[in-house]
Amino acid sequence: MDKKSSLKEKESVVIKFAGDSGDGMQLAGTLFSDTAAVLGNDLFTFPDYPAEIRAPHNTLAGVSGFQVQIGSEKIFSSGDLCDVLVAMNPASLKTNLKWVKPGGTIIVDSDAFTEKAFEKSGYHSNPLSDGSLDVYKLIRAPITTMTRESLSHMNNVTARAADRSRNMFALGIITFLFNQNIEATFKFLEGKFSSKPLVLEINKTLLAAGYNFADTIEAVESTYKVPKATLKRGIYRNISGNVATAWGLMAAAERSGRPLFLGSYPITPATEILIEITKHKALGAKVFQAEDEIAGICSAIGASYTGSLAVTTTSGPGLSLKSEAIGLAVMTELPLVIVNVQRAGPSTGMPTKSEQSDLLQALWGRNGECPAIVMAASTPANCFYYAYEAAKLSMEHMTPVILLTDGYLGNGSELFRIPRVSDLPEIKPPIASANDKSYKPYKRHPETLVRQWALPGTEGLRHRIGGLEKTDISGTVSTDPLNHQIMVQIREAKVKKVADIIPLQKIEGEKSGDLLVVSWGGTEGSIRTAIREMQKDGKKIGHAHFNHIMPLPRNTGEILNSYKKIIVCELNNGQFLKYLRTEFPEIKYLQYNKIQGLPFFTGELVDKFNQLIEEKQS
Amino acid sequence: MITNRIVTSEKSLTKEDFESDQMVKWCPGCGAHAILKSVENVFPEIGYKKENFMFVSGIGCSSRFPYYVNTYGFHGIHGRAAAIATGVKLSNPGLSVWIATGDGDSMAIGGNHFIHIIRRNLDVNIILFNNQIYGLTKGQYSPTTPIGGITRTSPHGTVEHPFVTAGLVMGSQGTFFARVLDTNIKMMNEVMFEAARHDGTSVIEILQNCIIFADKTHAKVTEKEVRDDFQLHLRHGERMLYGKNMEKGIQLKGTKLQGVTVGLNGVEMEDILIHDQYEKNPGLHRMLGKMGPPDLPVALGVIRSAEFETYDDMVEIQIESAREQSEIKCMDDLLKSGETFEVK
Repeated sequence: MDKKSSLKEKESVVIKFAGDSGDGMQLAGTLFSDTAAVLGNDLFTFPDYPAEIRAPHNTLAGVSGFQVQIGSEKIFSSGDLCDVLVAMNPASLKTNLKWVKPGGTIIVDSDAFTEKAFEKSGYHSNPLSDGSLDVYKLIRAPITTMTRESLSHMNNVTARAADRSRNMFALGIITFLFNQNIEATFKFLEGKFSSKPLVLEINKTLLAAGYNFADTIEAVESTYKVPKATLKRGIYRNISGNVATAWGLMAAAERSGRPLFLGSYPITPATEILIEITKHKALGAKVFQAEDEIAGICSAIGASYTGSLAVTTTSGPGLSLKSEAIGLAVMTELPLVIVNVQRAGPSTGMPTKSEQSDLLQALWGRNGECPAIVMAASTPANCFYYAYEAAKLSMEHMTPVILLTDGYLGNGSELFRIPRVSDLPEIKPPIASANDKSYKPYKRHPETLVRQWALPGTEGLRHRIGGLEKTDISGTVSTDPLNHQIMVQIREAKVKKVADIIPLQKIEGEKSGDLLVVSWGGTEGSIRTAIREMQKDGKKIGHAHFNHIMPLPRNTGEILNSYKKIIVCELNNGQFLKYLRTEFPEIKYLQYNKIQGLPFFTGELVDKFNQLIEEKQS
Repeated sequence: MITNRIVTSEKSLTKEDFESDQMVKWCPGCGAHAILKSVENVFPEIGYKKENFMFVSGIGCSSRFPYYVNTYGFHGIHGRAAAIATGVKLSNPGLSVWIATGDGDSMAIGGNHFIHIIRRNLDVNIILFNNQIYGLTKGQYSPTTPIGGITRTSPHGTVEHPFVTAGLVMGSQGTFFARVLDTNIKMMNEVMFEAARHDGTSVIEILQNCIIFADKTHAKVTEKEVRDDFQLHLRHGERMLYGKNMEKGIQLKGTKLQGVTVGLNGVEMEDILIHDQYEKNPGLHRMLGKMGPPDLPVALGVIRSAEFETYDDMVEIQIESAREQSEIKCMDDLLKSGETFEVK
């Protein structure tokens, strides 16, 4: 225990690591988070990096950040403003200062604040000495110098290699500041660099050096302790939304007995799913990195016809390219999971920034009457369960499912309580039996309207299907007018009937009353945090967060009719709102929209909701 | 072949096993009818169970094919047959996968998938109906329409340089390329059989007549008066001879192929090239594939059949070796792997 500084206990803290995109901020942040998890904190992380891999050194465009909130209670988001900012250069200070709480701690590498560097980031004077940081607790650490000195005994380390490891010195300071157990971080490093003894030694040396530096100097007024969170019993791990999506799909493949096939083309921020599944060929996953987005989905459709759990993963522009093929999967009534990790659009938009603006495209962005199931995950960890459910619904109902996540969920991470695969719901695809004389390609289950899956290679089931309209039951090509109307209605009804089996919509907070907040997808954490804060103040408010969108849960209308005011909050220009207006036109809706490539902040939501509650009272 | 996946049919099959009950709706006189006949002739001979054949197509006259043959079949969307077939073959490598496609479907809208399936050498068979026209949309020029060709979208003649299918296939590192006329059923049968037996992407280009929108489009090669001088029927191990009395041959002079007459200008039989379809180096195959009037005959038959590893085999081998090496055998293992901690 540190003797000079006082120890303060905190329920939660937000820390941001920021530096040049080559400064290793993502690694420092990840190590800090993993250590916090092992030590029993709940957490939520969000990496915020530029689209450029290595933008010019010391420029604002090149700043890469990693934000994490750790807590002793359930943490729902990566937090709005940070308690501690680590800024490795002037540019990262300049870009992130607005996200630091007044009175918060800023740790800088003072060596990096040369005249040239601060001018390059648009400062006219040195922010470390011009008084502009007086409202913060500033810790000036000559990180570059000390990093080099700490490694000077190692002859085989160049200054360049040393500079690249400055992140570990900075992490050492943070480790001390938050009273983390340095041995736990050592263990992660040992796991990560087991095959690179020199790198491991450098990192451990610097981590310890940073820790000891913080312990020695007088600059640290107080250190903090975030007590252990009270988590449900079980085994946990820190997981990102993209990895959770990949694992959910892989679990569904195992549980259903259908091999996993992924046909995808690299696209930010969805690529991590492709990378993750490719790692696990040992579990039988077949991954096809296609020549383009269209080949990605078309290969998946071919694999689906042949009996695989077929998946394609993409982001907005890729979903546009896949539209025609989604129609083919709708027409052929084949299982297919399309994961769209949304990003800010339109067109190329802001690839590394998050948004919820592909909802209407997912619902309606295809030629013809073309219904598909649409669902959305809402936290990094529940991407696992929604990916699993998307696969289950897709196979059991013989229909494409579009699963919407977003960059914030995909790249963000939180603690995940590990399930046992045998505890997950069963998946029973309607596979046709060999030599079934009664098999007809478009003969359906009388209640679910689901057709059977007849796999090539099976005796006695040879048949042809395709994108042309089908005759009801027989599946032969047809242009008969009445048949077309019937088939359009059947396809629609088949998807709508899924509402019979998906769970009812839940309400957090008041079940009826003055104000209902409606949201969907990746905003759950930030909105939930705001609602909790208001509930602590005794405010009466309800929150309905939707994960099932097409079809909507069957109690949706009932819920919407139970409140005087409804506000729909989205990170787009009002797409779910438009959908609800179509489905429930009798209801009056208010809206709150943010389209900045940023998540909602608790503060802005609380202000808005309070204003609505007060309006009623006045 | 690394793994022999042919499952021999228990009872011998006949062409009736592959006849569909659907009405064939191609125009009377269309070259596509002959291709259908050839498939029905050859499929019983290939050695697969009838349930292990699969046809995939895109859009166009050619792409109605799956409806007319009794196999598993998938009629896709325009240009995407190769991509769909990739998923089919990877998902079930035990299938004999056939693609029916056209010049527009594969070399215009589907050009990207066409070159990449060939580059990967996926073990599928592509029957490419090249009638040098868009038939189903009623007569617009295609990427293989000869320059100057008059069509409904080129009333003054096209000003586009056409693809030579063989050039595109070889340029994409194709391992099997054959070319046949829609009127030569015997050669078509032979080529289909060889394509089926080839491990890798087999492209069979069929010079097909569209009686409605591009009648006699291949006339420079097929008409009675010219066919002897402009058709070279290649056979592995035999000299490249053509002409009414097989008096002409192909000679390599410098870096170019030339049509010469044996016995004239000092040309002797030994000067005429011998066809080696199995040669891995594609140089000569590329030149043979690009031959054509007015200087040279069109090469017909199997031009190239070179053995390289197939994509589907490599995928399977990689999965097998990953399985053997990994300690993670199921999802429960994976979920518990790496950094976890327990809350008691």
